[in-house]
Amino acid sequence: MTDEDIDNEKRRFLTQTAVVMGAVGAGFLATPFLASMQPSAKAQAAGAPVEVDISKMEPGQLIRVMWRGKPVWVLRRTPEALATLPQLAGQLLDPESKDSDQPPYAANESRALKPEIFVAVGVCTHLGCSPTYRPEHTPADLGPDWLGGFFCPCHGSKFDIAGRVYKGVPAPKNLEIPPYRFLSETRLFIGGANEEESA
Amino acid sequence: MWGERVNAVMAWIDERLPVSKFWNDHAAKYYAPKNFNFFYFFGSLALLVLVNQLVTGIFLAMSYKPDAALAFDSVESIMREVDWGWLLRYMHSTGASAFFIVIYLHMFRALLYGSYKKPRELIWLFGMVIFLMLMAEAFMGYLLPWGQMSFWGAQVITSLFGAIPVIGEDLALWIRGDYVIADATLNRFFALHVVAIPILLLGLVVFHLGALHTVGSNNPDGIEIKKHKGTDGIPVDGIPFHPYYTVKDLFGAAVFMTLFALAVFYLPEMGGYFLEPPNFEPADPLKTPEHIAPVWYFTPFYSILRAVPSKFGGVIAMGASIVVLFALPWLDRCRVRSMRYRDSRYGFALALFVLSFIGLGILGTKPVSPVNTILVRAFSLVYFGFFLLMPWYSAREKTLPEPDRLTAAVMPLAKREGRHWDVIRGVVATIQQSPLYRSTTAWVLGYLLLAVVLLYSLVYF
Repeated sequence: MTDEDIDNEKRRFLTQTAVVMGAVGAGFLATPFLASMQPSAKAQAAGAPVEVDISKMEPGQLIRVMWRGKPVWVLRRTPEALATLPQLAGQLLDPESKDSDQPPYAANESRALKPEIFVAVGVCTHLGCSPTYRPEHTPADLGPDWLGGFFCPCHGSKFDIAGRVYKGVPAPKNLEIPPYRFLSETRLFIGGANEEESA
Repeated sequence: MWGERVNAVMAWIDERLPVSKFWNDHAAKYYAPKNFNFFYFFGSLALLVLVNQLVTGIFLAMSYKPDAALAFDSVESIMREVDWGWLLRYMHSTGASAFFIVIYLHMFRALLYGSYKKPRELIWLFGMVIFLMLMAEAFMGYLLPWGQMSFWGAQVITSLFGAIPVIGEDLALWIRGDYVIADATLNRFFALHVVAIPILLLGLVVFHLGALHTVGSNNPDGIEIKKHKGTDGIPVDGIPFHPYYTVKDLFGAAVFMTLFALAVFYLPEMGGYFLEPPNFEPADPLKTPEHIAPVWYFTPFYSILRAVPSKFGGVIAMGASIVVLFALPWLDRCRVRSMRYRDSRYGFALALFVLSFIGLGILGTKPVSPVNTILVRAFSLVYFGFFLLMPWYSAREKTLPEPDRLTAAVMPLAKREGRHWDVIRGVVATIQQSPLYRSTTAWVLGYLLLAVVLLYSLVYF
């Protein structure tokens, strides 16, 4: 066979077909490897709801519980703290929680079912640190305008006492509110109802 | 008799595997420019640190347990119960910081002498990928002790991916393998840290050196030694890598290991910079430490992240600060490679860049405050300005004539040009002529010796 007998067109076609088919095969083969890195069935099942006893909470006290591996805060707000909420609207990014994540029953000014009991996922919407609870007014490090709220030490994001984010800080949204309901006056149920549908 | 035997064995091997040819091509007959200076130690030192990390890492993996419930205690067990475990761990953790010190100086050398310029663009690109892999390796390794800083550092960095529009949240979830940093994350980071990335790193080092040995090393004068070859075809300004540079690098390695040992034995935590204090507390998913900062080698990029008051913007800026380095060979339009013969405006730009890089690094370890934010933004502008304005200022440089043949490894003070060097020369001459200097030289040497002894004892106690 001489060089003139070689059908280069056919060779190119066969090479390209082999490459394309090989790439499709490699894609199929890669799927189980990549999919194995998704949260396992066990990790997905770990999102069970938690019950919290709030009978012993003092006004102004914050407790942390673990839900789906994340810290969830339960805070009994004082009337003074609640009184600060209407004053802040001008300084907040999303005062009416239109672009933030919460169940519909918490899309109000106090972002809660009952204004005095505040429940939120204690994870900064910026890069996932857990903000610190800073209830005091006008501390030296947070400036004279500070009326109490949550401050993220990682990148300086500020939230008010209802977890609403201030303007000009890196966090883009208000703190997330998990689904919850009251089983009684003193027992709180975090997770549950609309969680079971999504999980 | 014995020599003949060895030669026969070598010949037998060479017929089957060209070992001698490889040795000659890459060492005994690989001709490198004769004027390598201090900055040329860091390539071989990086290789030395890599070997240190691999060897200590293998032995650490024999006692470490990649399990969220056991990891912290297993590291404490390495420190307290495993014979010499503390030494292996400190060599590994100090090695991580040493790696970045060496690599940053190695990259600075490229900026000084234009080592990234044609025909060495690929060497630079492979080097940049090595740098990226190194950052991934260091980041994943830092999660393994499962301390507070491990946990929250990883939480922040994996959340960075969540800032990407549309796919971000799913991507972050896929990387973590859980809704937060958890056992699954620790286990996969361990696999990547000890298997996948080391293999990639070794492969990339081979490519980096392969590309280097194809075009040959640059040098402090930034001119090609291949332009002048003797009748034997060997560059007249070249010297064989072995024994000249193997011996020089051995000396560098000895000095480096002395400093490294000082850090390992006396300052393994380096005042909280190599190992951060919150990492001596086990990870607590409910509580972020009061002040979190990455290890020092990430702080310049971390500062850039914090400079932008928007989540996605910050991530983009931080990504861009690294990506822009890849483009360096094409941003620099100056024909002359070495800083020695470039315009003083490049020297000025480089000095500003180094200052802002160090400034960003220092500020990245500090908490957020209004003053720090202004400084960080100014330094970030300089950082990006250095690269993005480079096509403009480097094309307008008034360069000096390059020499035909190599000059000195270190330019003697008398030969340096520029007004600031005139001033320095004047000052040095005045000092040297003063009678005080002549009479005190001996004393100064004595005090220096005393200072070294004092410093040593301070560190020791």
